[in-house]
Amino acid sequence: MSHTLNLTINGTAQEVTLDDPRVTLLDLLRERLHLTGTKKGCDRGQCGACTVLVNGRRMNACLALALSHDGAEITTIEGLAQGGELHPVQAAFIEHDGMQCGYCTPGQIMSAVGLIAEAQAGADPERIREGMSGNICRCAAYAGITAAVLQATETLTEEAERA
Amino acid sequence: MKPFDYIRPERLGQALSEGAKPGSAYLAGGTNLLDLMKTGAARPERLVDITRLPGLDRWEWGKDGGLRIGAMVRNSDAAHDPDIAAAFPAMAEALLSGASGQLRNAATMGGNVMQQTRCHFFADPFSPCNRRAPGAGCAAQGSDRRGFAVLGGSDACIATHPSDLCVALAALDAVVEIAGPEGLRETPLTDFHLLPGTGPEGHTRLAPGELIIALRLPAAAAGFRHHARYLKLRDRTSFAFALVSATALLRIEDGVIAEARLALGGVAPKPWRATAAEALLQGARPDADSFARAAEAALQGAAGHDAKITLAKRLAARALTQAARGTPARVPALPGSVHSGETAHV
Amino acid sequence: MSDATPIATALPQRMGSNAGQRTTRRDGVLKVTGTATYAADNHPQGLLHAVFACATIARGRVTDLDVAAAKAHPGVVEVMTPANRPPLSADPDSKPMPFWFRTQVFQDDRVLYAGQPIALVLAETLEAATEGAARLSPRYAAEAPRIGLDEPPYAPKAVGIGAPAKVSKGDIEAGLAAAAQRLEVTIETPAQYHNAMEPHAVVAEWQGDRLIIDTPNQAPVMAAAAFAAWFGIAPQNVLLRTPFLGGGFGSKAILSAPQILAALAARMVGRPVKMVLTRAQMFGPVSHRGATRQSLRMGLDSAGHFTALAHHTIAETASFDEFIEAASTPSRLLYASPAISTTHEAVVNDIGLPGPMRAPGEASGTAALEVAIDIAAEAQGMDPIDFRLANYAETDPMTGNPYSSKALRECFAEGAKAFGWAGRPLAPRQMTDDRGMRVGWGMGTANFPCPMFDAEARATLRADGTALVETSLIDMGQGAWTALAQIAADALGLDLDQVEMRGGASDLPNAGVAGGSGHTASAGLAIEVAGSDTLRQLAEIAAADPASPLHGTGNAGVVARSGRLHAAGDEGRGETYAEILARAGKSALTGSGKGARDPKAASAYAMQSHGAVFAEVKVDPELGQIRVSRLVGAFAAGRIINPRLAESQLNGGMIWGLSFALLEKAEMDPRSGRILNADLGEYHVPVNADVPSVQTLLVHEDDPHVNPLGIKGVGEIGTTGTAAAIANAVWHATGVRVTRFPIRLDDLMEGLA
Repeated sequence: MSHTLNLTINGTAQEVTLDDPRVTLLDLLRERLHLTGTKKGCDRGQCGACTVLVNGRRMNACLALALSHDGAEITTIEGLAQGGELHPVQAAFIEHDGMQCGYCTPGQIMSAVGLIAEAQAGADPERIREGMSGNICRCAAYAGITAAVLQATETLTEEAERA
Repeated sequence: MKPFDYIRPERLGQALSEGAKPGSAYLAGGTNLLDLMKTGAARPERLVDITRLPGLDRWEWGKDGGLRIGAMVRNSDAAHDPDIAAAFPAMAEALLSGASGQLRNAATMGGNVMQQTRCHFFADPFSPCNRRAPGAGCAAQGSDRRGFAVLGGSDACIATHPSDLCVALAALDAVVEIAGPEGLRETPLTDFHLLPGTGPEGHTRLAPGELIIALRLPAAAAGFRHHARYLKLRDRTSFAFALVSATALLRIEDGVIAEARLALGGVAPKPWRATAAEALLQGARPDADSFARAAEAALQGAAGHDAKITLAKRLAARALTQAARGTPARVPALPGSVHSGETAHV
Repeated sequence: MSDATPIATALPQRMGSNAGQRTTRRDGVLKVTGTATYAADNHPQGLLHAVFACATIARGRVTDLDVAAAKAHPGVVEVMTPANRPPLSADPDSKPMPFWFRTQVFQDDRVLYAGQPIALVLAETLEAATEGAARLSPRYAAEAPRIGLDEPPYAPKAVGIGAPAKVSKGDIEAGLAAAAQRLEVTIETPAQYHNAMEPHAVVAEWQGDRLIIDTPNQAPVMAAAAFAAWFGIAPQNVLLRTPFLGGGFGSKAILSAPQILAALAARMVGRPVKMVLTRAQMFGPVSHRGATRQSLRMGLDSAGHFTALAHHTIAETASFDEFIEAASTPSRLLYASPAISTTHEAVVNDIGLPGPMRAPGEASGTAALEVAIDIAAEAQGMDPIDFRLANYAETDPMTGNPYSSKALRECFAEGAKAFGWAGRPLAPRQMTDDRGMRVGWGMGTANFPCPMFDAEARATLRADGTALVETSLIDMGQGAWTALAQIAADALGLDLDQVEMRGGASDLPNAGVAGGSGHTASAGLAIEVAGSDTLRQLAEIAAADPASPLHGTGNAGVVARSGRLHAAGDEGRGETYAEILARAGKSALTGSGKGARDPKAASAYAMQSHGAVFAEVKVDPELGQIRVSRLVGAFAAGRIINPRLAESQLNGGMIWGLSFALLEKAEMDPRSGRILNADLGEYHVPVNADVPSVQTLLVHEDDPHVNPLGIKGVGEIGTTGTAAAIANAVWHATGVRVTRFPIRLDDLMEGLA
């Protein structure tokens, strides 16, 4: 039995037909839609490499059944930069070297975007560290990640104030 | 993952009738169920997706100051709401000490209460586990007991209940609202989870097809808001299950403990309410002696891992001490941690 | 080395123009936009997904696999088992090449460790392959596994990768007998698993007898040769692509069974195959750091000098091949003593084969040695730095060779200053913070060798004056795409943005292995020589061309800078590369080079990187919960090509040390031989909140001997010394010496209130 679901992925509405209800949002993105920027690190919600925004909230795509998110707006790392401009979080990760191998980086960045939107951590580095602790970086680029999220928080706050 | 049928009812009645069919499991946030389906520990034939049931994803305040939280409210929404955090700060701290930001965005309040033990042998379908396969035996019995129950276990099962939230809920006298084929019923959270005894497979009082629809926090529980803490010891600073955790709630009047609540996590197959300790504290001065005696009482009869029992006593006393000092103005930067979480170096 | 003599005047003047700059990662945009492609991101048309079934016993035989049940699952196409596995050309029980481990590729029904792949299911979808593998429901004839360090020890011939198991000098027993103070300590380190964020993955496609394989690999040319040997094809018939690795740490250097079997499966079914290990499957077939038990015996005279230092390691290895953690080796390298004994024994366990994991030998070895040193300093009533200075090795303790460079004293001084070490109380339990947390300060010495591997590169100047530099460089996070481009730009007298790098594939000049902290030095030197070779040719063309302003300068009279050759001492007399090439009618000019250690220097000098790591911990006085509040490391590792990236690597290395000290341990169930925490939920590696403060200081060090570029390497040294620094800080905070890693809060119970 096949199922149809409607998703808006990175701003584009699309209808997806699934022949198998077992498909997770992560495997849908990677293996069927070939949006491979989102990574699989553990497939069990224990590393954060698969973090995407679902209706604006950061989630582990590996523990999300695709069918259960029918109608959702999904933002992946591929949809973050707008008009050829890096998102402030992306730019800050480069500037502060918040990465090494890069494999966890899409998840780190999507998690940071979600964290900043949650507006709980603010400019407190300790709250940022805690808030980013669902994203494991085995290379341990944590100092750069924290600095990048701090800077991006400031940039986005300034942008919001100007707007 | 075993193939399954996927059903997404739009109404509670439909969900209950679908959920009552053999082989069914309810899917909410999915953070525990999908994980267990991946390891092979859970192999449902039908998934009944309850994420679209109307009315379960919100909370409402009673006129008396009590709170009713729909089962589908996400952990992060409950924890981040300033009114909820003000009335029930230990619950907010417990929620935020658990899992990760991503998981809390997906995990639901009802699902948290329903979550399974994190016992390795339960999650691993190749290990004997009475809880997963009744009669198979309990592989945990002969292993290092550090991660297992020191209270409330049995020869059949010594797995611990992993929830942080439930430790706070137990202390807060939360009530679980349940819908089933027979209608609505409710039970105190402290009675909801079962001790293993000889049949650990039924770890809650839910009958097949029944569904948690809400959690209720009585108005009286908000009376502890000035003296409420959740503390959690773990092997890494964040994103780890508790080795031992404790919720301590105090009402202090005229320098004397008018009422105390103490619940422990990580030490038993269910969130462990320490009523004997509470009784000792009632009318006592909020001092180190009282808290030490209460902690001893809380771990009365504990066995299996001496260092863990010592830790649990010390943590219980510490949580009471911290509660007596007063609830922090805001959930600390490192929720549940004994480390300060003050703004440190960049 | 290339025959080409580098143009004499060029090198010093180019120094610093690109190398040494804090350039951001060249691949940064790819990585932050999700467009950097890792192996599993590839999707050749018609691919099948492959999922392994792995043994759930540690020793015995597979007696039954329900292949029919797996095949009955919709979407399953094939099941490969020992019963139908196509032939392989190499004998899995042989060792035909260096850097080759014996492995289990379905040659029989034996199970030699838990987690060993025993069947591979191929299906149209990942979901079908996964469930197909579950339905195989293997049955076994199980035997009791041999687990733990108490199995009977034997004397291995070699440890690590070809290091001698025993190296000694002087008379240990006499040294101990003569000592004013004798100290002994035994320290255990657990099995640890690399757990790169990217699980091992293969996307394999056969085109006739040609294998195209995307797989993360730290040595693509060597790996292609190994694949060729397994499949009986010519090495040039293997194209291995690995432009990005999601971390390697040693586990992706040598082929293991999953990669071979996935490629074989693609050949078997005649379709491309994608295989990605699950996280749980990362705990078994793809190596780990083996557990050790290390016993140190120290004799000290009344002035606190060593009279004897003995370091004995018992390490676990597998039943089918041998890799022994060379944990006693740091005691060959760090301290002066008239008698030094460094020895190893091994025990056979029914486990997956250990292998090199970030700072193999040194990470475990310094975790024990540097705790022992702290114990010795305590016993002598000396500051730990003073004790180390009193026993400072001015020359190689074993050979007496001078060091090619050794700025360890400066590391102590600069690290101590940045950390604020001065005034540290000698006794433990002296410091608390304003919240009543016990505070402790500890330090450890870091060291790691600086090897080089044979490497080759090609540098091509193009008609427009830009360059293409080709070598099979590997970027697993250390920043090779960037640092090697900086070296290339300098080698070619170009700006960084004029250099295109091509790497990460087996059809390029062999850059050797990205391992041993030797990649930047090795591939960098090859690039340097290739660039020089290219410029030499260019200068000869110009000098010989009467129409060139450089006519008659001779090749040694030319300087290359910013895409232009000019006469030495006369910047006005010159022309651009593009002009020279255009006049010569050349569309491109290619030079090549090799990089390797000068054997004369290698035999004359001891070559090591050094560092000093300082740790502050805060420990709850009753509950024992530990947090590393500060880490400061000062490292002297020769010339630093990119400080930004080097600091990232060293910070990461120190956090690996933190992980070693407090978190990582594979929890083995001795009854079953299975690992109980084969996931990232319970096998703890640090999260962001574990690292409130980490700081790297790069200590200046000129080394004219390690290689012409003066590069030593920074990939692993951060992981050494740090675990001990933290353990020593925990002691300083609590008075408790935990001699078993990782240190956990309940280990401190008895020593606390």
